[in-house]
Amino acid sequence: MTTTPMVDIRGVHKFFGELHVLKGIDLQVQRGEVCVVLGPSGSGKSTLIRCINELEQISAGRLYVDGELMGLREEDGTLYRLSDEQIAKQRERVGMVFQRFNLFPHMTARENVMEAPRQVRGLRKDEAAKLADEQLARVGLSDRADHYPAQLSGGQQQRVAIARALAMEPELMLFDEPTSALDPELVGEVLGVMQELAASGMTMIVVTHEVGFAREVGDQVVFMDDGVIVERGEPRQVIDSPREQRTKDFFDKVL
Amino acid sequence: MQRPELIDARPVPRPSLWIWAGIVVLVAAAFIYDLFTNGNYRWDVVADHLFDPRVLSAVVWTLILTVGAMVLGITMAVTMAVMRMSTNPILRGVAWAYIWFFRGTPIFTQLIFWGLFVVLWPTITLGIPFGPELFSVDSNVFYTPALFAIIGLGLNEGAYLSEIVRAGLNSVDKGQWEAATALGMKRSKTLWRIVMPQAMRVIVPPTGNETISMLKTTSLVLAVPVSLELQFVTNAIGNKAFLPIPLLIVAAIWYLFITSVLMVFQSRLERYYGKGFDDSEADRGKVKGMSKRQQAILASGTVHDDPNLEVTP
Repeated sequence: MTTTPMVDIRGVHKFFGELHVLKGIDLQVQRGEVCVVLGPSGSGKSTLIRCINELEQISAGRLYVDGELMGLREEDGTLYRLSDEQIAKQRERVGMVFQRFNLFPHMTARENVMEAPRQVRGLRKDEAAKLADEQLARVGLSDRADHYPAQLSGGQQQRVAIARALAMEPELMLFDEPTSALDPELVGEVLGVMQELAASGMTMIVVTHEVGFAREVGDQVVFMDDGVIVERGEPRQVIDSPREQRTKDFFDKVL
Repeated sequence: MQRPELIDARPVPRPSLWIWAGIVVLVAAAFIYDLFTNGNYRWDVVADHLFDPRVLSAVVWTLILTVGAMVLGITMAVTMAVMRMSTNPILRGVAWAYIWFFRGTPIFTQLIFWGLFVVLWPTITLGIPFGPELFSVDSNVFYTPALFAIIGLGLNEGAYLSEIVRAGLNSVDKGQWEAATALGMKRSKTLWRIVMPQAMRVIVPPTGNETISMLKTTSLVLAVPVSLELQFVTNAIGNKAFLPIPLLIVAAIWYLFITSVLMVFQSRLERYYGKGFDDSEADRGKVKGMSKRQQAILASGTVHDDPNLEVTP
C-alpha cells in the first residue's frame, strides 16, 4: 500500500543571493514519523525546515505537504505564486517551534496560546480559552497560564511555544533547534514534551544537536552538511555506524 | 563572625564645586535684582493681562491647534509608516514621497501655502484629468483658517512622526513576525496585535516630546494667517498698548505652564513604558508606575531601543 508522504521534498535548492544554502534536497517524511535532522552549524538544516512552512521561499524544486504543493500552483506547465492569504492558509496545518521561543511578550501564556485560534480560526473567546487550557495542560503548565513569558523559565517558555503551535491542531510540527537556547538543566523538560508528542503519533521534523533524542525518539535520522543530505536512515545506523566519512567525523566530535 | 570595620575616609576635595556655586549665585542674584528693580518689565501690566479673556481664549485656541494637529499627525504617521512597510511598492513610494516633501520644506513655507489654498484652487473639481468634470465646489465654502492651520501643522508633523513610528515597528524582534506568520496570521493582524503593542514603548515617549514641540510650533500659524493663538494675540495686544515686553512675558508664562504640565504627563508615560530602565530592573519588578504588561514586554527583550530615535523638526 502506498500513502502520500506527509512531507515530500524533491530537488529543493535555496539561494540567498549568491549563497547556495540548499543544494538539491530530496526527503520524504511519512505520516506519524519523527525525522531528526542533524549536522554542523551552517549546514542548511534550519533553512530546510523554514522552507517547509514557507518562512523562506525555495529557489528550485518542489515541496509538498500532504500532497499539496507549497507556495505555488502548477497549471498546464506554468507556475503561479500563491497569494499571502493562500500561503497563510497552508501554514495553518504546519506548527513551528523556534530556537528563541518567540512568545508574544505582552500576552500571558494562555493568551499566547489563544491568539492564533482566535485570530486565524475565528474561535470565540471562551472556546479559545478552553482549548488553550487543554494545550497548556498537555505540556504540564496549567498552573502558569496567567504568567507572562518573562515570568517563566526558558524551558517553560518553550513548552508554552509548543502548546501555542499545537492549538492550531497542525498535522506536522517543525522544531528549529528547540533546546539550543536553554540552560542545560532545562533541556530535559522540553525533550520530554516532544517525546510525548511523538508517542501520540504527531509527524515531526526536528532540527537539533541532541543526539540522544535522535537516537531515542527518531524514526529517521538525516545528516546534513554543506547544503546536502550526506546520509539518512535508522538512527542507530546513522549515528553509531555511519557509512560516510563526513558523518563519522561529525559524530566523533559531538559524541 | 566579627563585623569588619567599615571604611570611613574623607572625600576628595572638590573646590570647583564652590567656585561654580559662587558663579551661579552671583548670576542668579543679578537676574533677580533686575527683575525687581527694572521698571521696563512692567509686572503690573503682566498681572493685568495674565488672565485677560483675550489671552485665555488664545490659550484655548493654542491647545485646540496643538491637539488637532497631533491627532492628524499621528493618524498620518501610522498610515504612512504602515504603507512604507507594505509589500506594495506603489504604497511604499507614496509614503516615501509624502515624507520627502513635508520634511523637505520649512513648516512656515507650508503654512503660507495652505493660506493661499483658495488662491491656488478657487474651486475643487472632481473629475477625470483632461476629461469630463463630475462635481465642483467653491473652495471658500469650506475654507477656515484654523482648519487649514491644523491641516498644515498635522501633515508636517505626520512626516516626522512616521519616522518615529517606523523606527518603533523596526525595533521589534523579527522573531515576533516569524512566530505570528508561522501560526498563519495575516500581516495586518500581526502588525496590529503583535508588533504594534510592543513598538508602543519606543513610539510613545518621543511622541510626547513632539507634542511639546507642537505647542510651540503653533505660534507659526500667523503664516496662514490664523490670528487666534497665544503668540499672535499677546503680540497684538502688546503692540497696540506700546508695551510689547510685558505681553511677551505673559505668553512665555503660559507656554511654560502648559509645557510643564505636558512634561509631567511625558515623564509618567516614560515611566509607564519603562524607558530608560534595563531588563534586569524590570525583571525584579523595581520600576514603579510601570504596568505589569509593559514590564513583561521590557523584560522579554524583544524590543530594541534605537538610540538615534529623537526627531525634532
